[in-house]
Amino acid sequence: MGTTNGWILARGRKIADERLWQASFAIFRKDWKSELRTRYAISALVMFVISTISIILFSLGSEGASLSALSGMLWVAIFFAAMSGLSRTFVAEEERGTSMTLQLIATPTAVLFGKLLFNLVLVICLNVFVVLLYSAFISEFVVKTYSIFIVTVALGSIGFATAATIIAAIIARANTKGTLYPVLAFPILLPLLLTVINGTRLATEGAFFEEALGEFNLLVSYIVAVVTASYILFDYIWRD
Amino acid sequence: MGWKVVLGVWMTAVIVLALSLPISANPQRWYELPKIPALEDKGRIVFFHVPTAWLSAAAFVISMGYGIRFLRKKNIDDDIKSASAAGLGLMFCVLATVTGAIWAKFNWGTYWNWDPRQTSIFVLLLIYGAYFALRSAIEVEEKRATLSAVYSIIGAVTMPFFMFIIPRIMSGLHPGSADDVNSGPVVSSGGMNFTMRVVFYASLIAFSGLFYWMWDLHIRTTRIESKQIH
Amino acid sequence: MTLLISGPNGSGKSTLVKMISGVLTPTEGEVKATSDGNDAGPMLHAIIGLVSPHLQMYEEFSARENLQFALSVRGLNALHSGIQPLLEELQLKGRIDDPVRTFSSGMKQRVKYAFALNHQPPILILDEPMANLDSNGIELVKHIMVEQRTAGILIVATNDITDVDGYDQRVDLGKRP
Repeated sequence: MGTTNGWILARGRKIADERLWQASFAIFRKDWKSELRTRYAISALVMFVISTISIILFSLGSEGASLSALSGMLWVAIFFAAMSGLSRTFVAEEERGTSMTLQLIATPTAVLFGKLLFNLVLVICLNVFVVLLYSAFISEFVVKTYSIFIVTVALGSIGFATAATIIAAIIARANTKGTLYPVLAFPILLPLLLTVINGTRLATEGAFFEEALGEFNLLVSYIVAVVTASYILFDYIWRD
Repeated sequence: MGWKVVLGVWMTAVIVLALSLPISANPQRWYELPKIPALEDKGRIVFFHVPTAWLSAAAFVISMGYGIRFLRKKNIDDDIKSASAAGLGLMFCVLATVTGAIWAKFNWGTYWNWDPRQTSIFVLLLIYGAYFALRSAIEVEEKRATLSAVYSIIGAVTMPFFMFIIPRIMSGLHPGSADDVNSGPVVSSGGMNFTMRVVFYASLIAFSGLFYWMWDLHIRTTRIESKQIH
Repeated sequence: MTLLISGPNGSGKSTLVKMISGVLTPTEGEVKATSDGNDAGPMLHAIIGLVSPHLQMYEEFSARENLQFALSVRGLNALHSGIQPLLEELQLKGRIDDPVRTFSSGMKQRVKYAFALNHQPPILILDEPMANLDSNGIELVKHIMVEQRTAGILIVATNDITDVDGYDQRVDLGKRP
């Protein structure tokens, strides 16, 4: 037995391909196919977003709010929507008893990246949806510098996905009911939240792109730090 | 045993000096403390607030250090040390938050203004809280130790973003942040005279000694308790 | 080569199986897998096929989809053509594209066998091999065991040693106090 070109061989036969992206992508596709079939997370998220934005609309009434407040509320809506949907990828495996199946056939790193990819796609879809609804229905929320806004939302989404995924893994393995998820995730996500709220505010104030570079640097560093930590720590979380 | 007596006397001395040494604008005699602009008599709180804040952060680092040790060696004793340190860290964090709020009230008018340093200590409080919430939810000893160690590491990874970067970027009222033109970080700038520095560092040592004592006690009690269970 | 793990219910057979499969880390001791002197530990997920009451299939997926997923994760897309014949051999013809959720317990057990044999594993581990199976199923499994004994390593954990027709080594967990 040995390895060659990423293939594991036994008695001259190829048994498995060790390319990480291949396995991760297979796991991502499995999760996505399952989600499309059952639509648990997506329907919950859609209803959640609609309710949250309705509440914000009602409470604003005819008075409106400052641009800073509106920027903050956008990300509050995103945060809670994320909390209701992003733990599903790990918790569902525990609930159905298929964690052991995954432990058996895939390496921990493949599981991490596959589920990270799933959450990334999910959160980007979510954020696009929230931003569209928010801009459409809350007329005071006007973005002046689109470039800042788009980069902020993009980097913010990636940051959300990375932090949310590793915390989801922890609470899933802890067999806690979902209530602990926001409690654990909030302190970890807070630096990200403050930065993206700031970036959004700059975008609504019409700041120059260069003024937001500090925020973007922070976001990228955050993402790199969290992904690296996740990569190193996931093994301990995943294995029994 | 002897060192606890020393600690007790030391701490008493610190408290007495901190509260009684007179403050004047131009300290002439060796035992007088300088007036720090904008703080005046309430500056005494620096002897108590700052050590508790430093300790709550130090305790977190210690807790995380033993957590990492546990992940490598799987020795449950390391987890006991980690959790005990975190428990004390939580206590000191509450103290730091409260003393900070009191100081804020006297100085800036309100107990809380979401100034970056105040928010930082609050976030540390949240992380401690989440840490213990996680621990209480897991019954299996080894899993509890593993997952809480992992969480504290993740918390430690994201904390620096908060504590060091954001206060520099955002404006704030706390001494040492970008907007504060009156006094730079109080300890390192010329705000303190020799006497004050002595009392301050003595207080730091006293609180650290207190931490170590309580930590050691807690570890030993937990060890005995877990032996009784098994 | 066959290893038999025997012992009454609750003696820890499933736990031992989990440790050998790499799913559970032992509190003490270690599991070592070597091939021609090389450490095969990191590749365990690729070389093991496991059938166990604790191993669940993805019930919202069909039998075919479960097997396809296992092959994709292992990067063995070339073997997809073997899925249909394998499932038919295990008497699941006609139900291959139905969700596993709709299967009887005997059929689920047979899907597990397909899932384990899909990638032609050098090591096949069976925990309670005859669980939920009728006489036809039992015949199938005996046939599988015979084939695996010559093709590679077979490990069987059971409380009924008549499940196995002979073995080379045995670990009896019943003798422990």
